[in-house]
Amino acid sequence: MAAEELPSIDALGQFELTTSLGAFGRSVNFTQSNTMMLIASALVLGMLYFGMRPKAVVPGRLQALAEMGYEFIYNMCSDQIGHEGRRFFPFVFTLFFFVLMGNLLGLLPYSFTYTSHIVVTFALAAAVIVLTTVVALYLHGWKFFTYFFPAGAPKMLAPLIIPVEVISYLSRPVSLSIRLFANMVAGHVMFEVFASFVVMLAAAGTLGVVGAIGPLALNVVLVGFELLVAALQAYVFAILTCIYLHDAVHLH
Amino acid sequence: MRGITSLASLAFTLTTSAAFAAEGKRGMPQLDVANPLITSQVVWMAIIFFALYLLLSRWGLPKVELVLKARAATIAGDLDAARAAKVLSDAARDEMMSATQKAHAAAQAQVTAAVDQAKAEAAAQAVTANARLDRQLAEAESRIAAARASAVDALREVATTATVDVVARLAGFAPDQAVINDAVGRALTARAA
Repeated sequence: MAAEELPSIDALGQFELTTSLGAFGRSVNFTQSNTMMLIASALVLGMLYFGMRPKAVVPGRLQALAEMGYEFIYNMCSDQIGHEGRRFFPFVFTLFFFVLMGNLLGLLPYSFTYTSHIVVTFALAAAVIVLTTVVALYLHGWKFFTYFFPAGAPKMLAPLIIPVEVISYLSRPVSLSIRLFANMVAGHVMFEVFASFVVMLAAAGTLGVVGAIGPLALNVVLVGFELLVAALQAYVFAILTCIYLHDAVHLH
Repeated sequence: MRGITSLASLAFTLTTSAAFAAEGKRGMPQLDVANPLITSQVVWMAIIFFALYLLLSRWGLPKVELVLKARAATIAGDLDAARAAKVLSDAARDEMMSATQKAHAAAQAQVTAAVDQAKAEAAAQAVTANARLDRQLAEAESRIAAARASAVDALREVATTATVDVVARLAGFAPDQAVINDAVGRALTARAA
């Protein structure tokens, strides 16, 4: 058997960007990732439109879903940020559902996971960090910089504490974006690897077909696990945004 | 903990990426910054995200808020109505209880009054009956006394006459009337006692 005849594992090809929407997409570099973003946005807006259309006092299923999403994020904002959290509620809601829909849609076959792109997650995290910094500067002015030196800490330790605090502040967008990106990429790479195992083993004959049941079963389990990860990472992204906004509003 | 898992998954991704890169393939497409689609993706994302934000904050979320507020108002209104109804029913129940108590007390008073009246009437009747019986008794006694007196008088007469006759027969003379009367009177009183 020559090496080139073996089906190779192309675990990263799934993250390749291509243009979408035909000639229009080619002319303005509209990628399939952006198409998925449009679908995700349409799903969120559709959920609210069709869910809230009955305006029922006793909600139906879709209305209950829309209301649960609303109240979940609303409570998260008001619990984590406090009373001022209501102003950031639309932003956190958009962020949460944008990430959640990206994660969940990515699990469908032939779709694309836009949250598996570090530039996407980093852009979202950068938006969060810029927003929190702007909010903090707007609310507290120059007092914002006392955030980097907690009150009551010994002055002797200032040369140590201030750099640590600054680095920890600046690493927030990095950790926020890499956490989501890495979780999504790892999940999809594992799908691809195990699915490739299934194909490769099945190609190897009857014994291989039996052996392929193992990775196939593992992939089935992984789908469930990835559903959990998809929801959890969207939640983590949203709640960390809320915590950062809390720091911005209250300075510790 | 989350940090550790995300770091582990990142390490896994990077090692797999490195492994495939070593095989002569390109590294992670996400890190291929030379690809213009990477940049355009972010630009389009910014546009889509901002549009989604605007649509949600101006149109989508206020719809939900409206319905939730309406429901909260309905629930609060229903609770208020229920509280008001409860107050009314409590008042009605209290009123009914007091009315029952009043009626009970009134009935009790009427019963007592009727019993008292009956007792009084019975007592009055007993008094009149007693009086009548006493009167009849007194009349009967007076009649008996009169009869007895007349009987005693008749007896005295008979005794006197008999004594006069007996004395006249035995002694042969008419006895002194006063002596006879006196002796008969003494004998009669001795018998009567």
